[in-house]
Amino acid sequence: MAKNQKDLAVVESAPEHDYLAGLAVIAPDKISDPGIEPHRVRMTDKSVKHEKAAARQVAVLFLVSIIGSAFAIWAYYAFPFEAEVAGSLRVNTIFLGLGITLGLLGIGIGAVHWAKTLMPDAEVAEDRHLTRGSEEVRAAAVEIIRLADEESGFSRRKLIRRTLYGALALFPIPAIVLFSDLGPNPKDSLRHTMWGKGKLRLTRDPDGTAIKAADVQIGSVFHVIPEGLVDLEAPDLLNEKAKAAVLLVRLDPSEITQKQRDWGYDGIVAYSKICTHVGCPVALYEQHTHHLLCPCHQSTFDLANDCAVIFGPASRPLPQLKIEVDAEGYLVAPGDFEEPVGPSFWERKA
Amino acid sequence: MAIKNKKFSRRSPFAAALVLLAGLIVSGGSYVAASAAVSNTAPKSEVDQAQIDTGKRIFLANCASCHGKNAEGTNNAPSLIGVGSASVDFQVGTGRMPMQASGPQAQVKPVQFKQDDIDALAAYVASLAPGPESPTAEYLARKGDATKGGELFRINCAMCHNAVGAGGALTEGKYAPSLRGTSAKNIYQAMVTGPQNMPVFSNTNLSPEAKTDIITYLQYVQENPSIGGDELGNLGPVVEGLWVWLGMLGLIIVITIWLGAKSN
Repeated sequence: MAKNQKDLAVVESAPEHDYLAGLAVIAPDKISDPGIEPHRVRMTDKSVKHEKAAARQVAVLFLVSIIGSAFAIWAYYAFPFEAEVAGSLRVNTIFLGLGITLGLLGIGIGAVHWAKTLMPDAEVAEDRHLTRGSEEVRAAAVEIIRLADEESGFSRRKLIRRTLYGALALFPIPAIVLFSDLGPNPKDSLRHTMWGKGKLRLTRDPDGTAIKAADVQIGSVFHVIPEGLVDLEAPDLLNEKAKAAVLLVRLDPSEITQKQRDWGYDGIVAYSKICTHVGCPVALYEQHTHHLLCPCHQSTFDLANDCAVIFGPASRPLPQLKIEVDAEGYLVAPGDFEEPVGPSFWERKA
Repeated sequence: MAIKNKKFSRRSPFAAALVLLAGLIVSGGSYVAASAAVSNTAPKSEVDQAQIDTGKRIFLANCASCHGKNAEGTNNAPSLIGVGSASVDFQVGTGRMPMQASGPQAQVKPVQFKQDDIDALAAYVASLAPGPESPTAEYLARKGDATKGGELFRINCAMCHNAVGAGGALTEGKYAPSLRGTSAKNIYQAMVTGPQNMPVFSNTNLSPEAKTDIITYLQYVQENPSIGGDELGNLGPVVEGLWVWLGMLGLIIVITIWLGAKSN
């Protein structure tokens, strides 16, 4: 302790304008230091009346704080939050918040007002000091490190040093292993959807009623889930829906591409509803422009051209689901999407 | 009538009965005319030919310059063959047609025709080819299941029209309008006809009962008071963020200036 104080004294006695350590280039035409502006006497310094008024104002502000805090306690019990009454939460939070706000603002504004009007307001200039220690202090620090190395034998005892390095290097590894517990390993679940079961009918979301090809008119849009999805229980229901959701539209067969005609049925085409950017449901369909817009980041897909990206951050077209019609006239998907749906992930190749 | 006779003045007890009778005849008559135009359950031969002729005259005078003399469509406007009476009643009845100026989509403006003329126009267009019809009153009664309607609305409509029907933006200047204050009839007509760039939600997709549920839901969210305080247009985080940035940040700046100012 005594040694520290001695060092401090050394620092303070360092020459005042020693710019050796700095790199700053001081231009010759630099603006000269204007100094401290002339002191202006406050009203509270000139008249006792004003001083007393300011003191009263500060006291009133602290009183407001006291009332606010008491009000908050009262409001908490006076306006209880009842789960059955939806509006009670708003009343509860608004009055509780108002009370706490007054409680804190009263103290804060009062303290600032006190400092500004009543505490001494003489302007003071404080000089900057160099951050670099003096040569003696620096030499003393190096000596401490040298002494520690010598006494511990850190440089001399190679065996101890190397095993310590090894121990330190391995120490964080268990934490990394623990990270694998943060979630289940997705394995290949990102590559497959429920449609992979094969021969599943296309059904309406949310009822799960099957859709006939004849039900789908040009210009209409169906939000589709695979047959059997509605029978699933949570969390499988949402997990499967998040991958298998499909948008079904009918276009004029002459307006679409050969692949769309081959994979669709008489102009009816089905596309994954999961955006290839970050997985929002792409469902804003404009029937005349055939544009499909994602509400999250405005990626726009051209439904009449294999769902190619025509605007926005999505990097791939939406995957098309191959559909056909079964003997009873219902739309069925013979199998899964040919590529993973939704956004890119680490192991995905393209 | 003996209007000049003092005995039949406005204050006569018969006057109220007369006014009532006249009102009943007018409203009943227009209801009959309207239902003849909209309920196309009747075979075509029974539809009033005079009304169709009137509709054709109105069409030639007001619509044919863009939609073609036989409603076959031109480069400027689509064909109206098969769009049905519901489409005409929606587009003309909300003032979207005739269009004021070409643009990304037709704007709502004051209605340009009397309802009788709109009905005649609808009857004429419906006579060209069968198409979607306006709903009967039973589907507009708003007695559906609001919970089911809410689920259907969120799946089929909310991505464009916002979860409570406040509307939203589409591409290149197009937008999905707010559904607040839209009549049940217009909502139903929009679903069956798919106006502008809205897709069609025909009865094979959403049954008439499902449409009633959706209308009931929209009615419910409009009448339900906002528990969270001011709705700020129900437009979501953008409006709320703007309020916080402009309002609250402004307040913080004022406090900061006060903190730095010297006491006088």
